Amino acid sequence: MLEERLSEIAFFHKAQAQSLKREHLRQKIWLGLMWLVGLITVSILILVVGYVLVQGGKAISWEFLATSPKGGISGEGGISTTIATTFYLVGLTLLIATPLGVGAAVFLIEYAGEQSISSKFLRVVIGVANFAVEILAGIPSIIFGLFGYALFVSTLNFGFSLLSAALAGACLVLPTIIRTTEEALLAVPDDYRRGSLALGATKWQTLYRIVLPAGLPGIITGVILSVGRVISETAIFYVTLGGSYHLPNSIMDGGRTLALHLYYLAMDTRAFDKAMGTGAVLVVMIILINLLIDLVSRKLTAGVRKVR
Amino acid sequence: MNDTKLETINYSLYYGKFRALKDISIKIPENKVTALIGPSGCGKSTFLRSFNRMNDLITGVRTEGRVLIDGEDIFKIDPVALRQNVGMVFQKPNPFPKSIFDNVAYGPRVTGLNDRQKLEEIVERSLRSAALWDEVKDNLGKSGLDLSGGQQQRLCIARALAVEPTVILMDEPAASLDPIATLKIEDLIHELSANYTIVIVTHNMQQAGRVSDFTAFIYTDETRTGQLVEFDKTKTIFTNPRDQRTEDYITGRFG
Repeated sequence: MLEERLSEIAFFHKAQAQSLKREHLRQKIWLGLMWLVGLITVSILILVVGYVLVQGGKAISWEFLATSPKGGISGEGGISTTIATTFYLVGLTLLIATPLGVGAAVFLIEYAGEQSISSKFLRVVIGVANFAVEILAGIPSIIFGLFGYALFVSTLNFGFSLLSAALAGACLVLPTIIRTTEEALLAVPDDYRRGSLALGATKWQTLYRIVLPAGLPGIITGVILSVGRVISETAIFYVTLGGSYHLPNSIMDGGRTLALHLYYLAMDTRAFDKAMGTGAVLVVMIILINLLIDLVSRKLTAGVRKVR
Repeated sequence: MNDTKLETINYSLYYGKFRALKDISIKIPENKVTALIGPSGCGKSTFLRSFNRMNDLITGVRTEGRVLIDGEDIFKIDPVALRQNVGMVFQKPNPFPKSIFDNVAYGPRVTGLNDRQKLEEIVERSLRSAALWDEVKDNLGKSGLDLSGGQQQRLCIARALAVEPTVILMDEPAASLDPIATLKIEDLIHELSANYTIVIVTHNMQQAGRVSDFTAFIYTDETRTGQLVEFDKTKTIFTNPRDQRTEDYITGRFG
């Protein structure tokens, strides 16, 4: 009896050991595959960015950055005015979109859930607003361009201008700012709100003294993401900003962002090297922005990190 | 008996249709420590929050009966003004993600005080009253979140004191602290009771016995509606309770 049982156990252990070996092998194979997939992905990224940087790098010089485009089929000149226009457009777009987006998010998160809003009508409005943000986030940018062209360029007669482009651009980045701000506000512990209210602060004081500062890293991240979006979008500004390569003198003037200039160079001129150079500048800007997001969220969350 | 600071008369509270508290009438004496004890879910924290109208923040809460402070109906007082008079310390220490100084100065600042010198005086006085000054006086610019749990809780007490309340509500203030930090908080409660009316919710019988002058036993049955069973001097409650349920609870037969 006993021997039988012992041999049973020995057999069982052997089987276990074999199975374990098999599982280890299986694990190694899968791990290897994951590595391979990861490497391929990273290589593609490096290839694209590297190609643009190396090819474009040849075209980049101080002169290229500091002189304005000359126009024409040969694509003479540099990109100075397009860099400036990009900054103008980013600034104006965010000037419009940030207060709207942050305000909307604050309303949806901090006030809309409140019991004081008991009216059915308001609740429907809030539901529609939430749904609209969801939808807006998924709409292709050219649709915003089309809308911007119809409303701002044409109907309101702003023409191809920084104003038209910034208004259309604001519609484009609004969902991003609203969503990131909402997430940032939701991440602020309710303990902070209760603590502040229990000290005799009003809801508004609680909001701007405690909740918004605590949510600031998230909000800033949303804004910087939007900067990247404005820098890299092309189609929407093609139909709202026009294509003038001159420096805009007012918000009613049209212009060309870097991305737009890149498109014009690639499609309308023979200056493919300059298109590459412009692309390289664009890529560097996007990389810098991503580093900035990283830095900001790390710096600012350092103080909030330890909730307990 | 002492002067009454807080009073409820036939006070009931509903979450929607659910009745959480039923017909509670109690007179809480001034400048004494009153402990609210009772099994989990009996509504003692809800009852505590009634005194600074924090329940107002919860959707669907409805109340019946009256709650008085110094004889005045609290529902006729602006909740913001009420909360400046009735401070609160929460179960989990919740300092703001700000410096120690800014944490304590928060209350005075929201009432419009911006004079730096005055604020410094208030911060020092409050931190001293909360027995935290000596530990943090050289690091007032440090984040409140960098303090230990017990220090954080004393910071929250200092923060509440800075608004010059007359009542301090404490919702299991030591529940998340270690025994030494707990003892410090208890000593502090004892000291503060000279100048403040303190109402403390606690799960811990020994704690209620150690810190409080009066004890209210709130009990609930399967309906989960909290009722006041007995309210008396802590000594009486612990040595000679009138109600069998109080005795069972105190002696640890349930709860």
